[in-house]
Amino acid sequence: MDLAAILILQAVSTVATLVIISIGLAVIFGMMRVINLAHGEFIMLGGYTVFVATNAGINMWVAMLVLAPLVVGVIGIAVERLVIRHLYGRMIDTLLASWGLSLFFIGSITTIFGNTTTSQIASPFGAVRIGAYSISGYDIFLVFMAMTIVAGLFVLMRFTKFGLLTRGTMQNADMAAALGVNPGRIYMVTFGLGAALSGLAGGLLAPLSAVLPTMGAAFIAKAFITVISGGTAILFGTASASALLGTVNTVATYLTTPVLGEVALLLAAIILLRLLPRGITGRFLGRDL
Amino acid sequence: MLEVRDLKANYGQIPILDGISMTIAEGNTVGVLGHNGMGKTTLLKTIMGLVRATAGHVRYLGQDITDKPVHERNQMGIGYVPQGRAIFPSLSVRDNLRMGCAVAPVEEKAALEQALATFPRLAPLYDRLGGTLSGGEQQLLALARCLCGMPKLILLDEPTEGVQPSIIEELIEIMRNLKQSRALTVILVEQNLDFIAALSNEVHVIQKGRLVRQVEPAHLSDPAMVDEFIGTFV
Repeated sequence: MDLAAILILQAVSTVATLVIISIGLAVIFGMMRVINLAHGEFIMLGGYTVFVATNAGINMWVAMLVLAPLVVGVIGIAVERLVIRHLYGRMIDTLLASWGLSLFFIGSITTIFGNTTTSQIASPFGAVRIGAYSISGYDIFLVFMAMTIVAGLFVLMRFTKFGLLTRGTMQNADMAAALGVNPGRIYMVTFGLGAALSGLAGGLLAPLSAVLPTMGAAFIAKAFITVISGGTAILFGTASASALLGTVNTVATYLTTPVLGEVALLLAAIILLRLLPRGITGRFLGRDL
Repeated sequence: MLEVRDLKANYGQIPILDGISMTIAEGNTVGVLGHNGMGKTTLLKTIMGLVRATAGHVRYLGQDITDKPVHERNQMGIGYVPQGRAIFPSLSVRDNLRMGCAVAPVEEKAALEQALATFPRLAPLYDRLGGTLSGGEQQLLALARCLCGMPKLILLDEPTEGVQPSIIEELIEIMRNLKQSRALTVILVEQNLDFIAALSNEVHVIQKGRLVRQVEPAHLSDPAMVDEFIGTFV
């Protein structure tokens, strides 16, 4: 019984982590069809924001939940204005440009901070015990955060004017422009939002993983797999793909080893995309939430 | 109100508009009649800014708007109802209408109420997704959405295409009333002779990207005249 409870909790926390690392990419890819290969580096920059801020004596929660998304969001808007906006509709070019950005960020951060970090950010909560087993309290916090992010995005997209304009632009940018909406501004804000969510992910994951210039590489593959498996509906797709792949990963890890768990995740994604080439939601929901 | 001078535009490498000139006075409805591929849609898209003009000028209310972005043209009072209607498929009818008044200087609630008063057929569909509506209903919605932004000039592209006859009648009725109540100026691109004749003050014939002649709207109901002027249409 305790084992079942802990397994379920572990699965839920794996799912939550997938949601957190993918949602920023999902927003940018889903709404703008821009494949952002610098996604992992946005996460890394979020991690470094927390690292620098806590070293400067700023409260860790402020650094994680406010500064990380803010700083990376601003970087995202700058990237969009300087680079990405000149390349809309040219998928391969944006892919190359964002790969270049990714190398640029890794290089810059390595130059400034070196390729190792001296201090590890301590995980805030202790362990939660269930019978003979325990799970880290921080994992449960991440589950809570993933739900908050998804709910927050849903409210933003569904009930605000910005959400309406964004959904309209996403479905038909020319028509939105013909109704007076400036698509360029919507894209800029959307890219900033996606970057901010990636920054938040980096902040949230900083206590769990070593903050290193190359840490983005650990996330980007999983994030892409989740977003592509999810399909065109940003929130529902990302959430359902995370749920499926996270559960497969946890169960396979429990039955075998963590490495085979990752393999199972990949296999599940390949089978899924073979059966549903447009992802879980592509066939049924179209381009929406 | 609108002056188009020697307007040229390409579709990729292929020239579509080959020097169009026309002047539209405030309150008039100008019909543009032509076969498929003659440049009707491109003309409206170029006036709206969705297709870039390669030569010539578009002046609106005394201002040169040839290089203005699409959304600024809309904010200046040019409304666009495209061919195929371009309803946002995953937005409800209500949200489609809200998109229409999202950035216009109008009060949203009042604009939506007015839209439903003008288009009572949309009221029972209010919470349905735009993509689930029939062609005719979508056409009404596209026009209603455009009107929400209080445009002064409307570019109307083939509104009767794929629309059931009962709604075509309704569209004629609504457009006539709007011309009275709002002093709308309209450029209407059509292949449906009855529709264009019923609404237009003047009708131009477009052929291979040029306006080749003007016909009296009254003559469009006379098959012999139509044959003589513009060849067989239907």
